[in-house]
Amino acid sequence: MLITRKAEFSASHVCADPRLSPDENERLYGKESRPHGHGHNYVLEVTLRGEVDPVHGMILDLKALKEIIREHVLDVYDHRFLNREVPPFDTVVPTAENVARDIWRRLAAPVEATGSALHSVRLHESDELFVDYSG
Amino acid sequence: MTTLTRRYRFSASHRLCSDMLSEERNREIFGKCANPFGHGHDYFLEVSVAGEPDQLTGLTLERPAFDRWVEESVLGRVDHVHLNAEVPEFRDLVPTSENLLAVIDAWLRAGWARRFPGREAPLAGLRLEETPRNSFRL
Repeated sequence: MLITRKAEFSASHVCADPRLSPDENERLYGKESRPHGHGHNYVLEVTLRGEVDPVHGMILDLKALKEIIREHVLDVYDHRFLNREVPPFDTVVPTAENVARDIWRRLAAPVEATGSALHSVRLHESDELFVDYSG
Repeated sequence: MTTLTRRYRFSASHRLCSDMLSEERNREIFGKCANPFGHGHDYFLEVSVAGEPDQLTGLTLERPAFDRWVEESVLGRVDHVHLNAEVPEFRDLVPTSENLLAVIDAWLRAGWARRFPGREAPLAGLRLEETPRNSFRL
């Protein structure tokens, strides 16, 4: 069975490779490449896969998942400028694809420690764009 | 596995009826959707592409290229138009969302081949919301 928990965080970023020209960055990233950055209200959906415990009837206490997301994602990402404050985005472009993958890497071990498995993360950068990553 | 989805809005009107059926039969099948002057919706189209992001750019597909592809292939043809009257594909095809989604799929594949010749279309799924209560996936 799968269960999904949602969380939100707000952060700013610039999507540009400093080794490329402004024109080339504009071609790749569009407005996301503007140099001073801009923000998003990100919405994260974390989906776990696991067996339902026959006694308590749950895959995992959702409070535990909420706490894992808070510690490993929200405390790191919320109200931060990703390029300056959240490694690896000092050297990796914080596209929605890369942010979703980084969140997966941060969550996989703590989720596994609970006996469940991370199934997928869906990261909404805005109402107009989201990324699904499943390892 | 990485899938990138972009969500677009367009507004269009249509009338659900078939020339092959009588007025009465159209009314029975399509109900108020067959009203003679048509009616409109704010559609939302979600286009998903799959693929590992490029190691340097971090992108599954460049954003401006994604938008131009969908604009040229789909939005330019359906936004603020009457589907029955103005879109040749619906001259003899009822513009239900099922049919519209199949036409959009074909347009996107053809548009991809024009824009990125030799590169396989990474299209991984489409979802069309006709209203907040009706959605269709392919």
